[in-house]
Amino acid sequence: MSATTWSGQVPAALEEVDLRVDLAGMRLKNPVMTASGCAAAGRELDSFFDVTDIGAVVTKSVMLDPRSGNPTPRMAETPSGMLNSIGLQGPGIDSFLATDLPWLVSRKARAVVSIAGSSLGEYAELARRVGNSPGVSAVEVNISCPNVHNRGLVFACDPYQAAKVMAAVRRDVPRDVPVFAKLSADVTDLVTVAESVMAAGATGLAMINTLLGLSIDPVTLRPVLGGVTGGLSGPAIRPVALRCVWQVHQAMPDVPIIGIGGIRTGLDALEFMLAGASAVQVGTIIFHDPSAPIRIVTELRAELAARGFTSPSQVVGLAHTPTADSLAATDLEGLRSP
Amino acid sequence: MTTSAGPLQQRAEVLSLKRVGAYHHLTLVAPGVAERFRPGQFAALAVGGPESALLLRRSFSIYRVRDSGTYGGTVEIIFAVTGKGTAWLADLVPHDVVDVVAPLGRPFALPKEAVSCALVAGGYGSAPMFALSGRLLDRGCAVHMVLGASTESRLFGALEARRSAQSVIVTTEDGSVGIKGRVTDVLPEVLERTGSAVVYACGPMGMLAAVAQVAETHGAWSQCAVEEAMACGVGVCMTCVLPVIGEDGRTRMVRSCVEGPVFRGDRVRWSDVGTVPEGTLGAPSGGWPQ
Ligand SMILES: Cc1cc2nc3c(=O)[nH]c(=O)nc-3n(C[C@H](O)[C@H](O)[C@H](O)COP(=O)(O)OP(=O)(O)OC[C@H]3O[C@@H](n4cnc5c(N)ncnc54)[C@H](O)[C@@H]3O)c2cc1C
Ligand SMILES: Cc1cc2nc3c(=O)[nH]c(=O)nc-3n(C[C@H](O)[C@H](O)[C@H](O)COP(=O)(O)O)c2cc1C
Ligand code: FES
Repeated sequence: MSATTWSGQVPAALEEVDLRVDLAGMRLKNPVMTASGCAAAGRELDSFFDVTDIGAVVTKSVMLDPRSGNPTPRMAETPSGMLNSIGLQGPGIDSFLATDLPWLVSRKARAVVSIAGSSLGEYAELARRVGNSPGVSAVEVNISCPNVHNRGLVFACDPYQAAKVMAAVRRDVPRDVPVFAKLSADVTDLVTVAESVMAAGATGLAMINTLLGLSIDPVTLRPVLGGVTGGLSGPAIRPVALRCVWQVHQAMPDVPIIGIGGIRTGLDALEFMLAGASAVQVGTIIFHDPSAPIRIVTELRAELAARGFTSPSQVVGLAHTPTADSLAATDLEGLRSP
Repeated sequence: MTTSAGPLQQRAEVLSLKRVGAYHHLTLVAPGVAERFRPGQFAALAVGGPESALLLRRSFSIYRVRDSGTYGGTVEIIFAVTGKGTAWLADLVPHDVVDVVAPLGRPFALPKEAVSCALVAGGYGSAPMFALSGRLLDRGCAVHMVLGASTESRLFGALEARRSAQSVIVTTEDGSVGIKGRVTDVLPEVLERTGSAVVYACGPMGMLAAVAQVAETHGAWSQCAVEEAMACGVGVCMTCVLPVIGEDGRTRMVRSCVEGPVFRGDRVRWSDVGTVPEGTLGAPSGGWPQ
């Protein structure tokens, strides 16, 4: 995190912008990744763009055993968003390591593997299996799962349980592989959860997961989703996600943060970085536009260049610094309507 | 990377939009789709324009493709207005632009030999049947069509069917045209008369379930194109699943956008669609509460 001064007076040329970032020791081509559960394991999207041209592919959260997921309907469209209740359908870790991961590795894509468990033991076992597999750039820990040993309470909502998961995972993942805790915004005090997972050994934070929501069918007069409630995602949650990144960055400015939630354009990605994210993930908008991740890379480059920045690192957390007087004198109108 | 077999995403210009009975017939300029297309595949359209608040793609069976001509390749769909997205599509005018991904999904499997085939469709479910009958006729198959709908205006392609098939039977539930009743009322007779070895079907789930059953009792294979709610259409979201029995006898929740939309009728657990039946791979023990 270098320049905190405004350097936007003179636009940079597109080729002057070097999008490479260092995310908790991980060298990425650019700060744009796919969000877990919105890109499967990358293969399907490779028809639409070269998956090696984005920062990383974050794979769908994998559990120890195969999972059927929830009954359908599993989705409901909502204004600028959607509710989903997939229920973590997946093949289980054996199949994932035998087929999905090797494909990403052979394709030379950066693979960030998301894991999900229903007990501490499961997280630890997954961490061991994934952490020792070649080609894993980082592990993302989806802690928005019910804990079967604690009345089904979600790990992410309890700073103590969340920290126990992170400690268990960290113990079993090799030191040189970063471990990100993926946080839920459905908590009273996000900063406390963030602090406790960092203290338990997380390398960085990914935020946010979906927000709990509900939709009722006007015809049946009953909940739309088979699973009753679902996770809200898409541009509808972007201001909430941005606020979370802002709060956590303010409390812990040195912690690497991956910003997630409703990112649709390069400008949205820039917004998250200004709030304190070192990288971003693109989720629901992939359903709307399967080439969104690569489009956002291109747009982010243009947005940085237009403001005179030559590296994403120059903007991380910039929104937290007071506006310089010189900024008031710059041609802001020109930037608003390029 | 992009292969010549995979789907294409493009910003397609509207060439024409016409009313056909209760439906709309949309033709988009989409070069490259025709060369990849096989009958039974679908197109996923983004709706609402660039700033749309409707994020999920809308899927439609591909009715027809053309590979060249003045417009350099087109793709056509037939749709009913059922909500906000299809209402937006119905308001398009020539030269408007729609983001389209096509062709998607697994097509109808074609018989290796020149056998007799029955093509059964409900409502706009007939849309994919004409391209299919073309391919079947090319292979020397005999084609027999059964088209059904609730009422005449919801019947699509009855005239075209006469040009595409050796025999055509039309049914409507209100009797406004053809035989009063449902496609499955006449299907047993059609199968007996024509000795069809394969039944192809597209329409509502209930119809598909009934058709698959009739095919089975007559010893015919069935190929059913299903319609499950889809968010992405390309295989990344896992919303579009239904319980399907695999080669190994095991039931799995299978994505209908990439492993379908066409399934063997005897593989789909029709009465369990909308549930995760007990014994499904990865189901919680005891199954899901109903
Ligand atoms: C493989 C496939 C082929 C199809 N072929 C045709 C066709 O040829 N002609 C035609 O008129 N319709 C077809 N449909 C149905 C069509 O996709 C829906 O009617 C359409 O998505 C409704 O959108 P809406 O915004 O008007 O409705 P809304 O109810 O506002 O849609 C809300 C959400 O639910 C989804 N949805 C609603 N109804 C359906 C449905 N029946 N099937 C799937 N998703 C649905 C939409 O995609 C959207 O995400 C097909 C569906 C599938 C899956
Ligand atoms: C269909 C769907 C499935 C998801 N599955 C997962 C998952 O398996 N693991 C996870 O950590 N997050 C999952 N998420 C959450 C996303 O990764 C992301 O955090 C959230 O959707 C917000 O970002 P978005 O608005 O860009 O989609 C899923 C989201 C959607 C819409
Ligand atoms: S619609 Fe997204 S996986 Fe099938």
